[in-house]
Amino acid sequence: MNATTKIEPATAGLRVPRSRRPAWAVFGERAFEVLIHLCGFSAIIFVLGIFFFVSKEAFPVLGKAGFHLSQFLFSDQWYPTSEVQKRYGVLAMIAGTFSVTGLAMVIAVPFGLGAAIYLSEFCGGKRRETLKIVIELLAAIPSVVWGFIGLTVMSRLIVKFTGAPVGVNVLNGGLILALMSVPIIVSIGEDALKAVPDSFREAAIALGATRWQLVWRVLLPAARNGLLAAVLLGVARGVGETMAVLMATGHAVHIPHSILDSVRTLTANIAAELGEASAGSDHYRVLFLTGVLLFALTFAVNLTADLIIRGIRKK
Amino acid sequence: MTLDKQIEIRDLRLAYGHKEVIHGISFDILRHEIFAVIGPSQSGKTSLLRCINRTIDFTPESRVSGVIAVDGVDVRNTKDVFELRRRIGMVAPLPVGLPLSIYDNVAFAPRCSGLKRKGDLDAMVERCLRQAALWDEVKDRLDSLGTKLSGGQQQRLTIARALSHQPDILCLDEFSIAIDPVTTMRIEDVLKELRREMTIVLVTNLTQQARRLADRTLFLWNGEIIELDRSEVIFSDKPGSSKTYDYVNGIFG
Amino acid sequence: MSAATNPLFTETPQARRKLRQEALAKWIFASMAGLMIIPLLLIIGYLVQRAWPSLSPGFLFDVPTHGMRDGGVWPAFVGTIYLVLLSLAVSAPIGILAAVYLNEYARDNWFNRIINLAVINLAGVPSIVHALFGLGAFVYAARFGCSIISASLTLAIMTLPVIIASTREALASVPRSFREACWNVGATRWQTIRAVVLPNAISGILTGIILQVSRAAGETAPIMFTGAVFFKAVHKGDLFPYALHDQCMALSMHLFTLATQVPDVKESIPFATAVVLMGSVLLVNAAAISLRAYLRARKKW
Repeated sequence: MNATTKIEPATAGLRVPRSRRPAWAVFGERAFEVLIHLCGFSAIIFVLGIFFFVSKEAFPVLGKAGFHLSQFLFSDQWYPTSEVQKRYGVLAMIAGTFSVTGLAMVIAVPFGLGAAIYLSEFCGGKRRETLKIVIELLAAIPSVVWGFIGLTVMSRLIVKFTGAPVGVNVLNGGLILALMSVPIIVSIGEDALKAVPDSFREAAIALGATRWQLVWRVLLPAARNGLLAAVLLGVARGVGETMAVLMATGHAVHIPHSILDSVRTLTANIAAELGEASAGSDHYRVLFLTGVLLFALTFAVNLTADLIIRGIRKK
Repeated sequence: MTLDKQIEIRDLRLAYGHKEVIHGISFDILRHEIFAVIGPSQSGKTSLLRCINRTIDFTPESRVSGVIAVDGVDVRNTKDVFELRRRIGMVAPLPVGLPLSIYDNVAFAPRCSGLKRKGDLDAMVERCLRQAALWDEVKDRLDSLGTKLSGGQQQRLTIARALSHQPDILCLDEFSIAIDPVTTMRIEDVLKELRREMTIVLVTNLTQQARRLADRTLFLWNGEIIELDRSEVIFSDKPGSSKTYDYVNGIFG
Repeated sequence: MSAATNPLFTETPQARRKLRQEALAKWIFASMAGLMIIPLLLIIGYLVQRAWPSLSPGFLFDVPTHGMRDGGVWPAFVGTIYLVLLSLAVSAPIGILAAVYLNEYARDNWFNRIINLAVINLAGVPSIVHALFGLGAFVYAARFGCSIISASLTLAIMTLPVIIASTREALASVPRSFREACWNVGATRWQTIRAVVLPNAISGILTGIILQVSRAAGETAPIMFTGAVFFKAVHKGDLFPYALHDQCMALSMHLFTLATQVPDVKESIPFATAVVLMGSVLLVNAAAISLRAYLRARKKW
């Protein structure tokens, strides 16, 4: 021990009295922890609540004469206000939803993944930060503004370039939805690519691969699950989107034959007609039933995407 | 040194999931002694300490059986586990300065147990920092962040934190791994002083450190006690077990 | 062999081709990224150009005139602020505490996995289904009727899952070693959270909440049937025109109705409304992003 280390003797005389926590503090903390637990359970309560209240308004129609579930799901005859014979088939709307979402994914997935690859592998430092912020801001644009853009800007462009009679159609909705979905695909796709361990990259580069070969042969296969999840979440967003497609796809209730046809999606249908259906009527209840259908669809897609992402994390 | 037992361990078994890591060990730790536990890594030394102060509870798949009695009371039956942890000070291998001021780092534990008066807190902070041989270096900057200290200073800050709740037992888990030899020597001097007030359990894989400091040493290997005896015996040329001799002299490790 | 002829240091045709390939790939992917952004900038430019005749400070503070065909958007702007503040006042506390539960207290058992599933599901519910829920639960079952309360509560449930997710991320970014150090000195879970975890996660939590402002302000469907209306008589510059049980105007609803249901509107008015809505949203988000960058730079460890 050298001369500079000086150890203070244990100053036993300064012993501070041992204190106890006051009972009210302990009680208060326990009570607050109960509150925390309740808030934790709240998500379950709300999801169940949504399912309960939407179903509650919808299910009475299932037993009614004149309503058949098979007709609901598989018929494209939607005449809820007909005097002669009311028909409630939503097949046309299902076709509308899937055609618009499908077109949107066909456009958004390649561009989104390409941008994700660019962000993750080819881009560095300041440029990357800026690009990420721009994409984040893109994601913040409200859907009603997108719908407005579809109704005004996109519609005029489509009429001008394709000679279609009306500018609000599957193409319009698909383009707008693509622009809306790209940020999700980019951000989750980039996460998936970043999750691939650097050792893969180092090994490939050590073998002399170019960055393109690295991406195509190593990273994309390795990040396959995460990229799939990104696409699925984009699909879920597309299926659930309401205002933008309401304004951009027109109002025709029929199965589309070309992308220049106007359609109505499941979501737009509810939004357009809910205001006019009187509370408690069959029409009203069928609209709620459509809501149950949408809930189930997005539930399934989100669950699948989550299982895939969880499967990656476990590895 | 009295023969009064502070900690009694009987047939302690610990399993993580299906894998048993401590296989039914029994021993005593006496009051006011420096008790060293040596052995290669993955022997169960850290897990042993975490069983004593029950931070093993925070590892979800752990299962503990057997008796660990501190002053005659089984720790798993204690009414207030937080009070138990306050009676046992714990110093982890890697230095951790909490992202609070140095003053708040040391005052954290007293405040949690209800101490409020500024005068008492000031006295406690100064006392603990002095005991940890850190006071002179930080007394003018008690408001600065604890995370900005050097590794050796943060480890001494951790010791000060461990002393701040006036423990009867101080456990140190390989405290010198991440700090320089000079600071290590300073802390070893501190420990020699502290044994007058409390019992010290020192887990280390530096056999020379155990030889310098400990009254009795336990050689733990693969969750089993190979030998437990006075340090003079363990580190001599003829310890009770040949494995002890091999480990101490670096033939395996 | 000199450096000039050693194949390791000279550019062979293969090497040149590889470099070309790499540059080509880089430009293809960069242009894919650009192809998203450039149209957007053009669109925003077009919107601003069309909105220009109506864009002025007065636009924000004036009330609509001539049966909504002219004038400003003040009542809608105030209404949006009411809805945003009320919905966040409900969802932020619940969301933060729920995230604290999930990150600090929940063990990995089947019950908590279901909770996680519920959060993810809640996040994916379409906005129109939120509207149906709001209608069924708040307007009818709870008897709040079409009102600011119903609309705010509906928005609160909608923003809740994202606040939970972003708060969880912020809490998880605090290293576990800090918590262990606190447990070692006998602190309870809540004492640890309050003293060390929460104060150091606050930047992420705040950012997450502010980012939800834009979402609450921009959604139309959930408020369309639960409390937003197209017309409400309000005085110019009045800061408190609505009571909680009133219906209110909102920017998103205003834009939707102007664009789809009001004929003969002066062309620049809906464009100006869109610009105000989008501009406010982008401004708030930009502020949140700057706050996040600033707080990250001041990290304490």
